[in-house]
Amino acid sequence: MTTPLLTLEGVHTHIGPYHILQGVDLVVPEGGVSVLLGRNGAGKSTTLRTVMGLWTASRGRISFGGREITRLDTPSISRSGIAFVPENMGIFTDLTVAENMTLAASRGGMDPKRLAWIQDLFPPIGTFWNSSAGTLSGGQKQMLAVSRAIIEPRQLILIDEPTKGLAPAIIKSMTDALRQLKETETTILLVEQNFAMASSIGDTVAIMDDGHIVHAGDMAELVADVDLQERLMGLSLEAHQ
Amino acid sequence: MSGSAIKPRIEKVSLSDRLADKAPLLLVPALALAGLLAIGNPSTWLTLTVAGVAMGLMVFIMASGLTVVFGLMDVINFGHGAFVSVGAFVGFSILIWLGGWASAPSVFLNLAAVLVAILVAMTVTGLMGYAFERVIVMPVYGQHLKQILVTMGGLIVAQQLIYVFWGPDAIHVARPQSLQGSILLGNAAIEKYRLVAVGIGLVLFLVMRHILRSTRIGLLVRAGVENSEMVEALGYRVKRLFLLVFMAGSALAGLGGVMWGLYQETITAHMGSDIMVLVFIVVIIGGLGSVEGCFIGALLVGLLSNYTAFLEPKVALVSTIGLMVVILMWRPQGLYPVVKAK
Ligand SMILES: Nc1ncnc2c1ncn2[C@@H]1O[C@H](COP(=O)(O)OP(=O)(O)OP(=O)(O)O)[C@@H](O)[C@H]1O
Ligand SMILES: [Mg+2]
Repeated sequence: MTTPLLTLEGVHTHIGPYHILQGVDLVVPEGGVSVLLGRNGAGKSTTLRTVMGLWTASRGRISFGGREITRLDTPSISRSGIAFVPENMGIFTDLTVAENMTLAASRGGMDPKRLAWIQDLFPPIGTFWNSSAGTLSGGQKQMLAVSRAIIEPRQLILIDEPTKGLAPAIIKSMTDALRQLKETETTILLVEQNFAMASSIGDTVAIMDDGHIVHAGDMAELVADVDLQERLMGLSLEAHQ
Repeated sequence: MSGSAIKPRIEKVSLSDRLADKAPLLLVPALALAGLLAIGNPSTWLTLTVAGVAMGLMVFIMASGLTVVFGLMDVINFGHGAFVSVGAFVGFSILIWLGGWASAPSVFLNLAAVLVAILVAMTVTGLMGYAFERVIVMPVYGQHLKQILVTMGGLIVAQQLIYVFWGPDAIHVARPQSLQGSILLGNAAIEKYRLVAVGIGLVLFLVMRHILRSTRIGLLVRAGVENSEMVEALGYRVKRLFLLVFMAGSALAGLGGVMWGLYQETITAHMGSDIMVLVFIVVIIGGLGSVEGCFIGALLVGLLSNYTAFLEPKVALVSTIGLMVVILMWRPQGLYPVVKAK
């Protein structure tokens, strides 16, 4: 649990004229769930997109599994073992659920056992297998987005707000799925606004504000330390709980 | 609660939604019917309709590459017409070279000559597309204004090169022996070449549809048109895919050029840029990035041009622009708007 899998050191990201990430330091240990919290606009999604190479860091260093990936292009980063569930889910609505999954299994066909496991985690994936992904509900799209990211074993999964806009029951099934995923030795970096959900499955936590990490530590510590929560509450949890 | 909540919910699609989805498909028969009513004489109508479909399919062949190129990488290629012209001239040279086949009284040899002309023209324009993409388009990804300027520059260079190789004059292209003249269907005279053009166009449309629907490359293209970032995040190199699509689109334009040249029986260096007006109208009517929309748009433009050319020659070109305006008022993104992420 202690060797770092993903490390960001002093990462700066510019989007056009805007200086969004202003020196992000973040360590994601191997195994388990790391949670990234922060208020709207803090830079959480930008951090994930910078790791994926969808934005290029203007300064700093990102390494994954001991190898520097700062300037690699997105396909290479993906192939090095990182899956990504973006904030907008990135579903191909013109394609069927099956076709979305086929493309996600880039190294040949889908492993039937893994597919059965996924359909068990998310029954709608099986039910709507041949339907156009555009006709899925928001929650079902989110399940498809996560399914796509896990159809092949990856070392690290970046997930951006998988519970956004979901009904409580679906949040629960999503949380269960992530918990099962964690047991398969996949490391998860989770951006989340739902503190109850995040604290129930997170092992470590980092809190962002204004393009910086303002707190990093064990989730248990944060959950136990009400003072700390209060102090950070204003930053990360305002308007959400 | 938790068990039942994730149960799939089959959403009923309302009748009007389903109709709206199919409505663009109905436009083609609707236009054909309106044409019949306006023209009155069924034989004349049949002749014009076959001509319209043939023209539409040729424009579709030229437009399909352009629309996918735009959909996938947001690239506006004003130089697309260059491939049409070059294709036509290369095809013409091959037909001259195979003059023996083309003038032989054998349908088989005649078609073989056309086929060879098409294959060579497509190879040349496909390779030209490779160079065009690497040298002219690649440096300006994401910059529309520069794309317009440099691709137009590429077009001018290509036209000048045609002058260098084939001279500045319009050239008459003779159709192979068995493709000349018409056949009579009832009272309607139908040019044989138009039937061949319809055949080639339909086969090509079906092949393209198959590739886009049932092959991995096709899935990647469709996925990339919607959200190329996500395709990259899944580990695929969209730029490589784009190069392939660009080459295929250029080769198709070359094919369109050969067919258009045989249709007009005259080729000029600027025939590509002339036809581009119609091609852009078709791409816009169909919805930028949509191959199905492009197909329907091309048929509509082909039919309408032929009907109006007969009924009211003066408004022929204006009518297609009018069609575009009407369709955009109904569907501002075109017949089949392509869903774009972001
Ligand atoms: N494409 C862009 N162009 C310009 N500014 C951007 C762009 N994307 C993000 N930003 C800005 O960067 C900052 C961080 O955005 P980001 O999406 O990373 O925040 P976030 O923490 O994910 O917020 P949320 O919780 O609302 O998803 C915001 O101020 C946002 O306006
Ligand atoms: Mg975000």
